[in-house]
Amino acid sequence: MATEAHAAEGATGYIIHHLTPLSVGEGFWTLHLDTLFFSAVLGGLFVWFFKKAADNATTEVPGLVQNFVEMMIEFVDTQVKDSFHGNSKLIAPLALTIFCWVFLFNFMDLFPIDLLPAIGSVMGIPYLRVVPSTDLNATFALSISVFCLIIFYNLKIKGLWNFSKELLFHPFNHWLLIPFNILLNFVEYLAKPISLALRLFGNLYAGELIFMLIALLPAYLQPVLSLPWAIFHILIITLQAFIFMVLTIVYLSMAHEESH
Amino acid sequence: MSINITLIGQIITFALLIWFVMEYVWPVLFAALEERKKKIAEGLAAAEKGQEEILLAEKKAKGLLKTAKDQSSEIVTLAQKQANEIVEESKNSAKKEGDRLILAAKAQIDQEIQQSKDTLRKQVAALAVTAAEQILTAEIDKNKHQEIVEKISSRL
Repeated sequence: MATEAHAAEGATGYIIHHLTPLSVGEGFWTLHLDTLFFSAVLGGLFVWFFKKAADNATTEVPGLVQNFVEMMIEFVDTQVKDSFHGNSKLIAPLALTIFCWVFLFNFMDLFPIDLLPAIGSVMGIPYLRVVPSTDLNATFALSISVFCLIIFYNLKIKGLWNFSKELLFHPFNHWLLIPFNILLNFVEYLAKPISLALRLFGNLYAGELIFMLIALLPAYLQPVLSLPWAIFHILIITLQAFIFMVLTIVYLSMAHEESH
Repeated sequence: MSINITLIGQIITFALLIWFVMEYVWPVLFAALEERKKKIAEGLAAAEKGQEEILLAEKKAKGLLKTAKDQSSEIVTLAQKQANEIVEESKNSAKKEGDRLILAAKAQIDQEIQQSKDTLRKQVAALAVTAAEQILTAEIDKNKHQEIVEKISSRL
């Protein structure tokens, strides 16, 4: 891909350059340094901010930072309590982490599209893709983790026996339909992480692509188009983070519920 | 655009983030929130209780006021009654005293009349005697007629 990018010129070259991650290694052992770097930095930012708020937390009248953080906590807690009726120490922090982290991923999209890559190229970095959620590895990392948790909780709450029974006899409770049930459940379970990851990836990838296309237009047209798109994008990035969080909660609550 | 080892790196980062949030962030903030909720609820409950107490106190004060009013009116009635009685009594006693005084005065007057009658009688007698004496001096012996004069004067 990198060689292609060098070869192509003009608009195609520009786009391909922007979509090429900074990577080391070959084949499966490739590491996307930009994705890893930015997601780690954003995760660190999130954790630092919330940890600071937690350290300064008082039960007196809250300050601005604490107010904001508490608002987030309340918001996530409400979402969790709305759809999750079990008792879990993990699920609320997980939801908070997903929402904030994905939101910060997506927020990188609102930086001027050439700003960070330009700074990078001055520093001698040839490729820089700043939005981690336009990397399938980042979105799949989230959704596969969630998928593992789904399986884990299914096994933990229902036990291996009940879980297998659910896979074999749900939705059609007849021994003749066992193969069909297996197929159906297989698709259903597999669809969860794939749809989670691809929805986020697709939205952000497309958004980024449109920013690139706008950037290719004449200079006088760019603000007219990129401003409304950026404003619209504020909605999209929040919505995508929210959807990811809510679906995670819903999937995990389904894992906690006994079979019908 | 391929899945590669980055995925594993991202999963590790994700797991670390979740662990950190679960361990150090969520419980602290949530506890603070719960604590504040509790405090607010307590404050509200206390306010409500205070209001209830005020109502109760008002009721009690009203009751006390009513009893006090009742008592005072009772006292006033009683006092009026007593005053009336006293006035009546004093009227009676005054009347009695007056009657007594009048009676005494009458008695005294009677007595005085009697006395002056006696005195007058005696004086008249004496005068009569003197007159008789003077009349009789020339004619009769004083000793002889003394007996007769006294007899008459005692009959007066």
